[in-house]
Amino acid sequence: MRYLPLTQTDRQAMLATIGASWIDDLFVDVPEAARLDGPVHGLPLHASELAVERHMSALAKKNLAAGDVPFFLGAGAYRHHVPASVDHIIQRGEFLTAYTPYQPEIAQGTLQVMFEFQTQVARLLGCDVANASMYDGSTACWEAIVMARRVTKRGKAILSGGLHPHYVSVANTMAKFTGDQLVTSLPSFSPEPDTLDLINSIDDDTSCVVVQYPDILGRIEDMSALAEACHAKKALLVAVVTEPVALGAIKSPGEMGADIVVGEGQSLGVGLQFGGPYVGLFACSEKLVRQMPGRLCGETVDAEGKRGFVLTLSTREQHIRREKATSNICTSSVLCALAMSAHMTLLGEAGLRRLAEINHVAASAAADRLAEIDGVELVTDRFFNEFTLKLSKEARPVVRALADKGILAGVSLGRLYPEATELQNGLIVAVTETTTEEDVETLASALEEALA
Amino acid sequence: MSTINQSGWRPTTPEKGEASGETFTGNRALMLEEPLIFEIGSTETTGVDFGEAPSGKSRLAGLERSKTIGLPGLSEPEAVRHYTRLSRQNYAIDLGLFPLGSCTMKHNPRLNERMARLPGFADLHPLTPVDACQGAFEVIHQLAHWLVTLTGMHSVAMSPKAGAHGELCGVLAIRAALDAKGEQARKVLLVPESAHGTNPATAAFAGFTVEDIPATEAGRVNLRALKERLGPDVAGVMITNPNTCGLFEPDMREISNAVHAAGGYVYCDGANFNAIVGRVRPGDLGIDAMHINLHKTFSTPHGGGGPGSGPVVFSEALTPYAPLPFVEKQGDQFVLVEEETAGEHHASSFGRMVAFHGQMGMFTRALTYILSHGADGLRQVAEDSVLNANYILRSMEDVLDAPFAKSGPCMHEAIFSDKGLPEGFSTIDVAKGLIDEGFHPMTVYFPLVVHGAMLVEPTETESKATLDQFIGAFRSVAARARNGDPMVKTAPHFAPRRRLDETLAARKPVLVWKEPVRAEAAE
Repeated sequence: MRYLPLTQTDRQAMLATIGASWIDDLFVDVPEAARLDGPVHGLPLHASELAVERHMSALAKKNLAAGDVPFFLGAGAYRHHVPASVDHIIQRGEFLTAYTPYQPEIAQGTLQVMFEFQTQVARLLGCDVANASMYDGSTACWEAIVMARRVTKRGKAILSGGLHPHYVSVANTMAKFTGDQLVTSLPSFSPEPDTLDLINSIDDDTSCVVVQYPDILGRIEDMSALAEACHAKKALLVAVVTEPVALGAIKSPGEMGADIVVGEGQSLGVGLQFGGPYVGLFACSEKLVRQMPGRLCGETVDAEGKRGFVLTLSTREQHIRREKATSNICTSSVLCALAMSAHMTLLGEAGLRRLAEINHVAASAAADRLAEIDGVELVTDRFFNEFTLKLSKEARPVVRALADKGILAGVSLGRLYPEATELQNGLIVAVTETTTEEDVETLASALEEALA
Repeated sequence: MSTINQSGWRPTTPEKGEASGETFTGNRALMLEEPLIFEIGSTETTGVDFGEAPSGKSRLAGLERSKTIGLPGLSEPEAVRHYTRLSRQNYAIDLGLFPLGSCTMKHNPRLNERMARLPGFADLHPLTPVDACQGAFEVIHQLAHWLVTLTGMHSVAMSPKAGAHGELCGVLAIRAALDAKGEQARKVLLVPESAHGTNPATAAFAGFTVEDIPATEAGRVNLRALKERLGPDVAGVMITNPNTCGLFEPDMREISNAVHAAGGYVYCDGANFNAIVGRVRPGDLGIDAMHINLHKTFSTPHGGGGPGSGPVVFSEALTPYAPLPFVEKQGDQFVLVEEETAGEHHASSFGRMVAFHGQMGMFTRALTYILSHGADGLRQVAEDSVLNANYILRSMEDVLDAPFAKSGPCMHEAIFSDKGLPEGFSTIDVAKGLIDEGFHPMTVYFPLVVHGAMLVEPTETESKATLDQFIGAFRSVAARARNGDPMVKTAPHFAPRRRLDETLAARKPVLVWKEPVRAEAAE
């Protein structure tokens, strides 16, 4: 077997050193009834690299890859062009096959990347500090709700209807077990998010308000007034960003007063990957840092006074604090954080702003084109690279029919909110720099036909 | 006359001389210092070319970001060099043995990487209509079948993002099952002292109260103490098997029977599954839930601290409570069971733990690895990993205290203590000494039940020659520590950095880069 270096001769020599006559002597602690006498039944035996490649390639070909068709899906996962060097960098064996940097003297590469990532993310989201990443946006969002409970010592979180329904669903699952009280609502086809309703529902038991920006329907709105309303009641404002490229064009949540900003970093460097692995972002103000979950890297010096980096503030973490830890999370998503960081470094501020501008202008033009179609209504006139259309009929069958024609038309609200009859005609359309004018034209003609 | 060597080249013999410690650059030949991107990049530089920015209508609601963000850019050659230089300051499996106990740092096959990058997987949106992503669901379904069959369990939840997230999934299913039976009063989870720190943290995060189970002298769960503690307030136990001392729990079946008889459930931390894959099925030991770290046993790369992946296998009793979403085969079609399709059949599911479907990129890698090894190769994995660990145990026990060596063979990791090291020397010094020898140290000070623990897990992907060299280095460093060699106390000497001041880092946290205050501005 190609991954196993020991030869039969090695094995015999090693057993002799150990003082065992055969391998089963090393498994004596396993009760006889539980020992298997050969390979597990009903499973195939080993295979060559070529054979495995054939098997996996056949499975891959059964999928409709985004790059092969006109593609308009978003709703929490976005397709952007990732420079070739990003994938080269993350495949360096020294990054790919390293462990969590517990021995900092021989892990400065990963640690410096974490430190640079923390700084980039903090600046992008408009906060003082950021951690070295979380599993993904949905779990980061729940961790923010829990953190707000720890900070405010209150148990009621108000979730905007514009928050991604999977994020709401994750929070609902967790709250069932932790006893947190969640106030949730559905989005509606109004041009603005539900900011006023949120402001009116903040009370003295509210730990935080959670608002997505841009929201699930693509809408954007200034959250300064909401932040003020939260602070007036000593609650925190948690902002969720699922498309960080937007922050190359629009104000950051931190600038508008959000106390904790979390998000999904997938759209920079990571790719679609059918939903994972992704990279959760988590940033907050400096005064809250000791309540922050997740890995943190900090600057220090070595015995010769040279600058170096270490994992720090680990007294918050499970391997020290055990049941008193701020979170049970052990792993972060460092390789994806490296991908995101390298992509941001290649873009730089100038590149990110240009990329954001291209996305916005392309989305804006696509919205105009699609809104010309009979039976299509543009829900809002304030968005970044994603907008919602209200169709004259249910969107879900339309999306399926267009997929059969090789067009991935967008995400229907029926897929995300199957129970909400009033939302069934909604279609979320994302347009990025990877979308061509021909793609938009193809979608427009197919929609015209489907709605006729 | 000779025509060779017209260039005038002559072989030379180097002059002998003392090296001075300092160079102009701070570099030492191939050991290269690298500044932060904030020190070398600028906000105007970009390493990405775009076409002309098209002009069009702005719909940004007056929210244009006017202030500078402060993100430096680098051109492509500078960026590639920056990260390549940084990468060379890392130790990695690709460079050598990485014997971190309980972490299973095995070789990461490159075929896995190539398969995960096939556009049909890598460039696939998670909300693609289900008819257009049948191949992805088939990957998930095939991997699920392998995991269920290898463990002898009933079902598997694929979505947990990492080991600790899998633990959470398992204990939430236990909570949901108890609640469904009206047993809300069962709030205590029993956890051995030797458990991973994530176990008690997870139990607490899920609203349980944690109580310790003591260990025996032989490093196993104290069965009698466990049985005495069982009662109407106990929800279950969280046990690691093989345990964190590197030993198999021979009483596992009896523990499971006792816990079940007392109305509780058995959670098994599967972090050490590598030792028994293909030789023992946890389902035969009465386990109700166990997470499997795909990034350990099934070779998906650790990436410097994630992403991981932690599917959870369930017994029949806990299966109805497994989280959404999951993939089911109905006829020839793969369907996604999520909130709307859970229906009556899956009505007891405790709900969703993550957006989308879990770590698909890790599933493709793990399935690739599993198909490569097959059922026979995986059994050999367990055998070679256990053989390698015992070889290290028996080659070291005369120079380092091995607290459980007398009680029999270890599983896939060998444990040593700091007993016998002289005053002023500790486990950390042995670890740092190994760095100078070109090895990553073992896991240190874990598990807590062994004083100054050194937990060595070689894995099956190391050759005998590598193990012999490691044993030689480990013996040498241990002997030097026993003899009080001051060079060990101050190691490492040859790494990119000397020992780092972690106290300073925690006392005055510097977590982001800030523009240094210029001297004249400060005056």
